[in-house]
Amino acid sequence: MTYANLYERPGPRGVRRNRALAALVALALLALAYVVYLRFDARDQWAAEKWTPLLRGDVWATFILPGLAGTLGAAVTGVILAGLFGLVFATARLSEHRWIRMPAAAVVEFFRSVPLLLLIFFAFFGSYMLIGVNISAFAAVVFGLTLYNGSVIAEIVRAGVLSLPRGQSEAAYATGMRKGQVMRLVLLPQAFRAMMPAIVSQFVVLLKDSALGLIVGYDELVDRGLNGIAANFSNVIPAAILIAAIFIVINLSLDRLAHRLGAR
Amino acid sequence: MDALLIERETILAAFWMTIRLTAVSALGSLVLGTLLTAMRVAPLASLRAAASCYVSVARNTPLTLVLLFTGLGVGANLGVELSDDLATNNFWLACIGLTAYTSAFVCEALRSGLNTVPVGQAEAARSLGLGFVKTLGLITLPQAFRAVVAPLGSILIALTKNTTIALVVGVSEASVRMREMIETYGDQVIEIFLGFAAGFLLLCLPMGLLFGWLSRRMAVAR
Amino acid sequence: MFGRSLHVTFTVIALAAAATACGGQDDYASVVDKAKTAKKLVIGVKADQPGLGLRTPDGTFTGFDIEVARYVAKQLGVEAKDITFKETVSANREAFIEQGQVDMVVATYSITDARKQKVSFAGPYFVAGQDLLIRAGDTALTGPEALNGKKLCSVAGSTPAQKVKSEYAKEVQLQEERTYSACVDRVLGGQLDAITTDDVILAGYAAQHGGELKVVGKPFSTEKYGIGLKKDDKAGRDAVNDALEKMFADGSWTKALQASVGASGFALPQAPKLERY
Repeated sequence: MTYANLYERPGPRGVRRNRALAALVALALLALAYVVYLRFDARDQWAAEKWTPLLRGDVWATFILPGLAGTLGAAVTGVILAGLFGLVFATARLSEHRWIRMPAAAVVEFFRSVPLLLLIFFAFFGSYMLIGVNISAFAAVVFGLTLYNGSVIAEIVRAGVLSLPRGQSEAAYATGMRKGQVMRLVLLPQAFRAMMPAIVSQFVVLLKDSALGLIVGYDELVDRGLNGIAANFSNVIPAAILIAAIFIVINLSLDRLAHRLGAR
Repeated sequence: MDALLIERETILAAFWMTIRLTAVSALGSLVLGTLLTAMRVAPLASLRAAASCYVSVARNTPLTLVLLFTGLGVGANLGVELSDDLATNNFWLACIGLTAYTSAFVCEALRSGLNTVPVGQAEAARSLGLGFVKTLGLITLPQAFRAVVAPLGSILIALTKNTTIALVVGVSEASVRMREMIETYGDQVIEIFLGFAAGFLLLCLPMGLLFGWLSRRMAVAR
Repeated sequence: MFGRSLHVTFTVIALAAAATACGGQDDYASVVDKAKTAKKLVIGVKADQPGLGLRTPDGTFTGFDIEVARYVAKQLGVEAKDITFKETVSANREAFIEQGQVDMVVATYSITDARKQKVSFAGPYFVAGQDLLIRAGDTALTGPEALNGKKLCSVAGSTPAQKVKSEYAKEVQLQEERTYSACVDRVLGGQLDAITTDDVILAGYAAQHGGELKVVGKPFSTEKYGIGLKKDDKAGRDAVNDALEKMFADGSWTKALQASVGASGFALPQAPKLERY
């Protein structure tokens, strides 16, 4: 902790005072939690019949696990495609030809500025006009996730390449590599490694965003899990707490992975 | 193009809502985010634990669920009523949800900003006899802010786009209107999308430029 | 090394794309042919509406729509176990039929002229009307006109609430929620006063919350629920209509309705008249 130096190391009296204050704060927070508990209790939110369904195996098998599969399916496909999109457009933006660089920049800036929700709506309702077929909810979600997160990853990778010392590409050219080889064999792998933590946190964003699939009826964790359970047991709040907990656990593990990759 | 022309007032109203949501939540997130940062580096262990627990939860929950909790949890179950008028009430609930979510990101950015401030700064402040609050508030936090102008800009842009999810608590902003218009003018989906996209480009691109300029101007020369 | 992993990723994507492309259904001219030769049907239903189409924890579906779908399928020669129910939401019903992802849709699907441009309808098998769902103890709310100054819940993307505001009660405040479950929560909690949509859907919720909620029972519109089929499937439409005719006549229709929403105290209507075309 580098910022532990913001205050003097307390003396014996200070330690005692800090302990007392800490206990007081903890008590205040617990009291707040208790008030929330009471208010929810007054509305029967802790009633056993709202919570026990969440422990049933068939509820998990019918609602939560298929929902989780949907969420992960869209997220994994999105991660692969967004990674590719990012790679291609980062390279394009680094090109020395203006006619490649400019359109690539326009595409990236456009998709970074448009809300994901609008992209998904557009893909879902506009595909028929655009390409003559109605695409599935899955495809619409993946389309949105890919273009938005791909643009962000393109920027991350580009920043990574630009942060590399010039000597890297100069040395590569000196060994007789061609432009494509320098980019593919020398610059991109290093940029990827340097930017791994940033890329993984973008994947956490992507995973959370896949929950937006519910607006076009894609069977993911919020739609299938939360709405499906709530329709049967009318327990929106308990189900939402469970679903949020699942997201938090997955994302925290991804976070930890990012840290470990960063440390290496 | 007809749809966009006919409905231009609805569209402008929708974007006005987007701007209001963004402005209020941005202010709220800045305040709450700064407070959370202060808590995370405070001498009291319970404050540190509470803040870091809050940040992990808020950062890792989909915004859809955060807004659902503010709408149903805070609004319906805690009985928080901010206005007799439903639309106003929903607006404030949406702001609370967006603030709760965004402040976690502001806190993360500021904390990494604090890490860029050289140790000597705080040590010098302490040697002058400044306590924790003054050291943080007068010396280190201002420098941290200047170091993270660019990330704060990205957070603001993300917030602007995230206001579209306020449809979860029943606020009629851009995404709701776009959807309604697609239903009414099914043959003009592409124009409608480009129209709304242009609105967001108009909001987000200047923000990006402004914050890029600010971050260069305000960078602490070391 | 990097180049190779890139190749692998490309191959994976190409394979995945190919797999999805081949996943389409075989093409039958009519749903009748498919039922006869394949002995299987995929039917689009709602999955989150108690009393009409609800996915239950054991993975099966229950509700009035489901009973109708099973009866019709049986008349076409498909046993209940050979039906695959697929969840549809309001936004994707036409798309599912056009793409052949489902063979028919039985999902509180109102027959409208706009929809007839894209799909064709058998039925109606039920005539619903827009109504209000209120707390059982609420005696003041007798109809849409009494909503002035009250708070009304509807589900996002549906127009019924706007209609109440423009035609019956200018002073009503509208709340849009994502799901009816959320509306029900807020009406039971007392923050909102009523929910509006088709009476039979409301009856499903009233039945689920025995005694706590009631349907006002003064419908102020008519919604004809039809069974959606491919646009030009005249043979299919006729066959499904024949099946419905039989269902109305032999009493199964009333029985199914009673079993699904009877517990709400909702006055069960007569079977509607089919509109063949």
